[in-house]
Amino acid sequence: MAAVRSQREVWVNRAAIAAVLVALVVMLAPIYWITSTAFKPRNLATTIPPTVVFEPTIAPFVKLFVKRSQLRQPVDQETYDAAPWWEQMVLDGGEKVVRSGKTKKVRPSGYGKRFRNSLIVSIISTALAVSMGTLTAYGFSRFKVKGEDDLLFFILSTRMLPPVVVAIPMFLMYRTVGLNDTHLGLIILYTAFNLSFSVWIMKGFIDEIPREYEEAALVDGYTRIQAFFKIVLPEAMTGIAATAVFCFITAWNEYAFALIMTNRKAQTAPPFIPSQVGSGLPDWTVIAAGTFLFLLPVAIFTFLLRNHLLRGMSFGAIRK
Amino acid sequence: MTHSEPRAGHSAARGLSDKSIRNLFIFPTIAFLIIFNIFPLLFSLYTSFTDFRASTNAPANWVGLENYSYLLTNEFIWRNFTITAKYVLISVSGQVIVGFGLALLLNRYMPFKGLITTLLLLPMMLSMAVVGLFWKLLYDPNFGIINHSLGLGKFEWLANPDMALWAVAITDIWMWSPFVMLLSLAGLSAVPKHLYEAAEIDRAGTFYTFFRITLPLVAPILMIAIIFRTMEAFKTFDLAYILSSQPTTELIAIRLYKMAFLEWQTGLSSAFAYIVLVMVVGITMIYVKYLNKVKER
Repeated sequence: MAAVRSQREVWVNRAAIAAVLVALVVMLAPIYWITSTAFKPRNLATTIPPTVVFEPTIAPFVKLFVKRSQLRQPVDQETYDAAPWWEQMVLDGGEKVVRSGKTKKVRPSGYGKRFRNSLIVSIISTALAVSMGTLTAYGFSRFKVKGEDDLLFFILSTRMLPPVVVAIPMFLMYRTVGLNDTHLGLIILYTAFNLSFSVWIMKGFIDEIPREYEEAALVDGYTRIQAFFKIVLPEAMTGIAATAVFCFITAWNEYAFALIMTNRKAQTAPPFIPSQVGSGLPDWTVIAAGTFLFLLPVAIFTFLLRNHLLRGMSFGAIRK
Repeated sequence: MTHSEPRAGHSAARGLSDKSIRNLFIFPTIAFLIIFNIFPLLFSLYTSFTDFRASTNAPANWVGLENYSYLLTNEFIWRNFTITAKYVLISVSGQVIVGFGLALLLNRYMPFKGLITTLLLLPMMLSMAVVGLFWKLLYDPNFGIINHSLGLGKFEWLANPDMALWAVAITDIWMWSPFVMLLSLAGLSAVPKHLYEAAEIDRAGTFYTFFRITLPLVAPILMIAIIFRTMEAFKTFDLAYILSSQPTTELIAIRLYKMAFLEWQTGLSSAFAYIVLVMVVGITMIYVKYLNKVKER
């Protein structure tokens, strides 16, 4: 009996492993596909049937960063040989690199600027949200606050508001004070959006630090502020780092506010990348390269965060 | 502790009192959220009673409840609500089936479990806008990898009004099943092993064990996942807006966006936003109730 049962269990286990592997392939296939497209020559990106095996090239990444225009006629061999390797890659694709009139300097595409805007807005709003959130979380964790549950609910509810709902009045306010299409405007919105998350999750982390640590420090003559900076903050560092990464990813990925509040100067990558598909025949290899570079930091952060994902995604309610 | 009691009274002499530190730490956050969330919403509450259009310089006229009664009796808006309800139903139930199923599979012996789990979680961390973009490539009827690998020929996903909502929901299921999986795994790992051992001794069947032991104990956490995903699906904008421009995929958030920023009906869209807002706050209250319930366990 026991032998039969274990024999059956072995098969059930094997079936489960096989099912998980199939699921893994299905879940990762879209990510693999966009990654592989980023390394394809343009003529292999949209073939029928799709090309799976190919010789990878970094041409899409070169094209991603320089401004290009269609070649009217093929360049002569001499010009081609004189061009640097990356320019040859653009020429191979039937396009030429656009240079500014006098200085002959290569004109950049719009991508680098959007990427930079995304970095600026995400980093600054994360720093603000995490620092304010940590202080507030400490306040809620260690002191009696009148109507604490209501206040915490209020803080969380601001996070749940649909971006478009908030964007309608914010757009009008920003227009009045000239914050539309500025870094500061987006930074404020993202800080507000991440602040509630940061309070909730940091409260969980600080609740876990024993009060005795600070009380011992207070006995030793520290002030409350000193105890906070010298005892609590170092203990909370892991939590702060995890919270920061979460806030960064949220700001990095945000689309609706960026679409509504920015258009040229302060535009971030999420509204820009899809706008490239636009009209005509899109060059999917370049779009894929832009997508790949944009997703890469998030993928790396996901691995660094892997032990905190549960906590972050449940607003600190579920801990491992 | 006994030593710190008398000193606590003197702490004002050694820096700020606890009360002022508390206020100093909490006040900026509350103020920030009031200025940048509540104040704008009060402003749009006012515009929701006017015929204001942000694209003109014409002054706003007070119209009372006209915007609200127009919206609540308008057939087109109800169509948007119906589409959204259908979308929420398809995508959340899909996520629960796939996510919970994956969690059940992962909740047993599995080589490289940690690595596999992390890889499976990757989709939910990505930008919805960019995910929508590259699924466009996958759904392409001619060179898309989906039609090719499923042998569907030139099947139209996004250009077909009847399929487009399903296509958006499938992408959402791909992206967010990992979230349900993550929370379900936490629930499953909290089920005490001795319950299963007892069930085995009683020779309880697999189904009995699942419905009488596993499901009831995982239910509270699964409920959190379901409510959270319902709320997010209800608010969906990015994914559907980028993937499809079909009228059959015009979710509430997309209608709201178009009304406010393409048609510039600021007053009307403010009223619409308030109707959506009340619904979202309602779901949030249920959500927080469950969050606190799980926390107390």
